[in-house]
Amino acid sequence: MWQLEPRSDSPLIWQFATPVLAVVATMLTGALLFGLMGYDPVAAIRTIFWDPLFGASASYSRPQLLVKAGPLILIACGLAVGFRAGIWNIGAEGQYIMGGITGAAVALAAYPAEGWWILPAMIVAGAFGGWVWGMIPAMLRNWFGASEILVSLMLVYVAEKVAAWMAFGPMRNPEGFGMPGSRNLAQYPSASNPELISGTGIHWGVVAAALAVIGVWILMSRHIRGLQIRAAGQAPRAARFAGVRPSALVAFCLGLSGALAGMAGLFEVAGPAGQITDSFGSGYGFTAIIVAFLGRLHPVGIVLGGLLMALTYIGGDIAQMILQLPFATVQVFQGMMLFYLLGFDLLTRYRIRRRVAA
Amino acid sequence: MIDITTLIMTILSASTPLLFAALGELMAERAGVLNLGVEGMMITGALAGFAAAHATGNPLLGFVAAALAGAAISMIFGVLTQFLLTNQVATGLALTLFGLGLTALFGKPYEGVKAPSMAAGPLGLHWIIWLGLLMVPLSWWFLNRTRGGLILRGIGENHDAAHALGHKVRLVRLAAVAFGGAMAGIGGAYISIATVLQWTEGMTAGAGWIALALVVFSGWRAFGVMAGAWLFGGVTVMQLRLQAAGVNLPVQLLAMAPYLATIIALVVISARRRGSAAPGSLGRIFHTTN
Repeated sequence: MWQLEPRSDSPLIWQFATPVLAVVATMLTGALLFGLMGYDPVAAIRTIFWDPLFGASASYSRPQLLVKAGPLILIACGLAVGFRAGIWNIGAEGQYIMGGITGAAVALAAYPAEGWWILPAMIVAGAFGGWVWGMIPAMLRNWFGASEILVSLMLVYVAEKVAAWMAFGPMRNPEGFGMPGSRNLAQYPSASNPELISGTGIHWGVVAAALAVIGVWILMSRHIRGLQIRAAGQAPRAARFAGVRPSALVAFCLGLSGALAGMAGLFEVAGPAGQITDSFGSGYGFTAIIVAFLGRLHPVGIVLGGLLMALTYIGGDIAQMILQLPFATVQVFQGMMLFYLLGFDLLTRYRIRRRVAA
Repeated sequence: MIDITTLIMTILSASTPLLFAALGELMAERAGVLNLGVEGMMITGALAGFAAAHATGNPLLGFVAAALAGAAISMIFGVLTQFLLTNQVATGLALTLFGLGLTALFGKPYEGVKAPSMAAGPLGLHWIIWLGLLMVPLSWWFLNRTRGGLILRGIGENHDAAHALGHKVRLVRLAAVAFGGAMAGIGGAYISIATVLQWTEGMTAGAGWIALALVVFSGWRAFGVMAGAWLFGGVTVMQLRLQAAGVNLPVQLLAMAPYLATIIALVVISARRRGSAAPGSLGRIFHTTN
């Protein structure tokens, strides 16, 4: 018989190895799945994980990597801080949508004025919208003890309805011939979030994501608040005796992740998406949860996790075009990767020992 | 004048998916397992049930298939949390994401296909509605009047003590999770086979999450789950009726009603109980070295 023995430390080697193992296991299972569905497994895996980087059309797809990874990394950075403290913000998707709406509202109100201040004002508004949407579950938990998991999730559905209402109602493009959806902000110079260095995919959202990575890294390793967050996650009671106020942490973590998700939504609406539509929510908020875990809730890991998830998005797009693979495979892959990662995590927390017969 | 009988029937119908999913989750949570994968299990049941009903032409077989599929997919969660000791929140979430993706992938051929129709049961209510109503006293009876229920609750309250008494914590929890999966599967299939009568991607639209909130709302009690399900069924029906009546409010705002009602209910209940009714070991990892 085998038995599990809790480790007192978690060896660095396993911390690095488990995400790699999870990716390999996902590829193998994915290949099996493709085989069963009647596709060429090797071609499918190569198309998703290799071609976007080194394939024939890599010069087009490589910049897309940063376009997709930017919002994922930005959102995941905020989520990871909360997860570290045991505060489960599952509603980043809603905060992303609301940030997109409030940010777009500033641009639509200013239209057609031009000015250097418009995009910065939109960024502030986007962060504010996400922050407000994140503070709702925070306050309801602090005041009434309502689960932040369920409240933040319910607010995703509410935010989706708000986006639909905006697209069909108040924000509908008056020159859109009755079509739902707002004006295209990408075509409004002062409000657009363009590619900064041509051919790289870097836009302001990617810059913000890079800053968030550095900021969260400093917060978690150098700042007293980061220490409190880690303490609260590992030993809540001890943290309380040490003077950490749980309600302040809840508000801080949900507010921070809400603001970052809101900014991600704003950068998306002003750039790649261009407009508020009834399907503005693209699932980034949920995928970012996977990114946070893949990155082991560490900023550097999150960068790698975000790039990997972005790769599956782009590879999935290519596989859809070339192999007629349904795009939903990407979602299956992402879910599977999280399963494997959580499972392999056993190796970082426990030692597997053969039980000695008595 | 609103016809009271029709109103009651519509509310019962609207509450059935929530009732099944929430009763199943109730059982898992009383055993100490928090499974956030309800939405994923429901959508799996919705597709598996629809596919089986379509293939056999028999909706009842569809529900059987849905229960099996729900239980099967719940076992990913069960094995990960009970044997690989993973975090229940993260694993449940992964199950939902995985279920939504898997059904989107395999559901494509069923888009635009009609479900086979099924004769109504007694009083013009679908058989599954009756089954759901029956499951409420049965769940109550099992939890409060049987030895198995006592063991299950004991494990949920304090898994270390139950283990010391010689109870099989992991096996009981695995069974409770499987039951939860089967019930969520039936709930999902009710949406695809009995009400909407077709398959669309993501058609459970958050019902699984509302079911999770219902368990909190109920104070972890079977009859409380039923009351909650009716309340939310009522809100859903009301919202649809207001839409149909052409109330001077945008449709999208009316459609928020069930989600807002869930939040309000959570707040009211949490403020009153402060979570004291939750099973003592809920969400905690069980691990023993012997």
